[in-house]
Amino acid sequence: MPDDQALYRGLYRIRRFEETVLNEFSSGLFYGTTHTYLGQEANAVGVLDHLQKEDIVFSNHRCHGHFIAYGGDPRALFAELMGKKTGVTGGRGGSQHIHWKNFYSNGILGSTVPVGTGAALAEKFKDSNAVTIIFLGDGTLGQGVVYESLNLASLWDVPVLFVVENNRIAQTTPIELAVAGEIPPRFNAFGIPTTELNTSDVCEILPTARELIAEIRGEAAPRALILHTHRFGPHSKGDDTRPEEEIKRLHAKHDPIKIHAERLDKNARTIIETEIDAQISEAFDLAKNDPLPAYI
Amino acid sequence: MSTVLESLNTSLHQAMTRDERVYMIGEDLMDPYGGAFKVTRGLSTEFPERVLTTPVSEAGIVGLAGGMALRGLRPVVEIMFGDFITLAADQLINGITKFHWMYNQQVNVPIVVRLPMGGRRGYGPTHSQTLEKLFLGVPGLRVLAPSALGNPGDLLERAILEDDGPVLFVENKLLYLQDIIDPSAEAEFVLISNTTTETYAPTYSLTLRDSPPPILTLTAYGYMAELARAAVLKLAYEHEIFCEMIVLTQLSPFESKTLLPVPLLTSIQRTQRLLTIEEGGITMGWGAEVVARASEAVGDALQSATRVAARDIPIPASVSMEEMVLPSVDTIVQAAKKMV
Repeated sequence: MPDDQALYRGLYRIRRFEETVLNEFSSGLFYGTTHTYLGQEANAVGVLDHLQKEDIVFSNHRCHGHFIAYGGDPRALFAELMGKKTGVTGGRGGSQHIHWKNFYSNGILGSTVPVGTGAALAEKFKDSNAVTIIFLGDGTLGQGVVYESLNLASLWDVPVLFVVENNRIAQTTPIELAVAGEIPPRFNAFGIPTTELNTSDVCEILPTARELIAEIRGEAAPRALILHTHRFGPHSKGDDTRPEEEIKRLHAKHDPIKIHAERLDKNARTIIETEIDAQISEAFDLAKNDPLPAYI
Repeated sequence: MSTVLESLNTSLHQAMTRDERVYMIGEDLMDPYGGAFKVTRGLSTEFPERVLTTPVSEAGIVGLAGGMALRGLRPVVEIMFGDFITLAADQLINGITKFHWMYNQQVNVPIVVRLPMGGRRGYGPTHSQTLEKLFLGVPGLRVLAPSALGNPGDLLERAILEDDGPVLFVENKLLYLQDIIDPSAEAEFVLISNTTTETYAPTYSLTLRDSPPPILTLTAYGYMAELARAAVLKLAYEHEIFCEMIVLTQLSPFESKTLLPVPLLTSIQRTQRLLTIEEGGITMGWGAEVVARASEAVGDALQSATRVAARDIPIPASVSMEEMVLPSVDTIVQAAKKMV
């Protein structure tokens, strides 16, 4: 179990990165679009803390938090968002299409689910003992290929953890208009054991994820983890149609940073925040001065 | 003498023997059935651990194979009828063919997707099409189509074992039972196989043995090369029109520098007339691209160009109507006669 300070560092790093992205978008330094992870930080930190070197992560359009929790370099991600040569994928992929070590993301919702399942199956064939984590959201539950993948994962005992981050909203469409019935039975129907957590507390997500990942590694079989969570920011940049009071309420009740901050004394918190603020600010400045690709 | 089907089946056995990273994935692959067209027959008996018979989930299995390829395996997917590849189009276009480039050349995706395509078996509108034109020009994707010429199995084996990128391998269903035409044993035609540095897929040129210089270039691929070959004989013996026929086995990408395979360009420069023949629908098709490239490459040397292709309507089930939609030896002969 990592200590509370390390967890806070992990959560706060994502928060500062994403706040910087949203704040600086208007300055014109970033190019294209982005989907921030604000409010969902505890999911990435809680799940990915247990990864071993050989483990694999498939992420989606909202991938910054996953990437940073995986150990990705904030400067390379800033640079990628700015289209710089030093970006994670040299400016080719942008915010949603990055790859580093065993981390892969793609911007087509659901398309990563069969690919991640195949990656996990390959590792099983290779006897590498690797576990693959596939992140998806409530919106992605509308994609048919997800269910083809669940079927394959269960039929062939694929060592994969499906993590559904249910933030109850797909772009602007609330879950009530997009997801019929309940989420867990969609996994149970394929014989995939499913665990549900309704929390923004990293200390609640952490032990559950650890247990599931250990089970997957031991049994070589799939599991699903449904994390009911909250998106504080807009879907991408300025497209939040929810009332401001609603966002304020979410911040007050479900902020993973605030929840975990309670476990640290003020002094320790300030030291961490100052340190991370400086790291993120330095990463941003370095990326800003990095060159754009000169040729293709 | 062996058939195209035997050649492909043998090459799959060889590929799986030579490289244990090769996996076969598809619907109904298990023996004794061995795949809808029997191309994979025997594999599940010989390599039970590496042949995965799957649910009916084309998008799922193509995506899955993409993930396996990302992690160092060399999967081969059989799509039972090539028509069903549209179900996996997103996996190919927004994933598999992009990963290498989009992830800044840090990954390879060595996957071969085999597609039995084509009509004249009465399977009707959704099981008879020639849909590869939808995938021609997709960046990062190689589209190959064997004919009965040369060595179709070798082309497949090289795609599986040597190509580090994604390949669509288009197999016309009527080719399966055709005997392979061995260049060295060919009496009627002079058959020359050409390769370039840009691809391992050969281009073939055929001319009638001891005939006068050709005045028309025909180009085709897959089963249409068989019809075109019959048309070349008919044109020579019944109409005294002598043709050179160029058969491509790589449909996409085209040559980056010369725009078209050199044997095709030199033939066009000689004859100044180009007739393209394909089984897919005529509009926005392979022939249209070949003609455009020929025009760009040789300019005024191209005096006339014509496309023979399927009409732009669904493939009917009825045998009489199917014949009205698809190109035939007669339609090729008629088109050629109009050009000279």
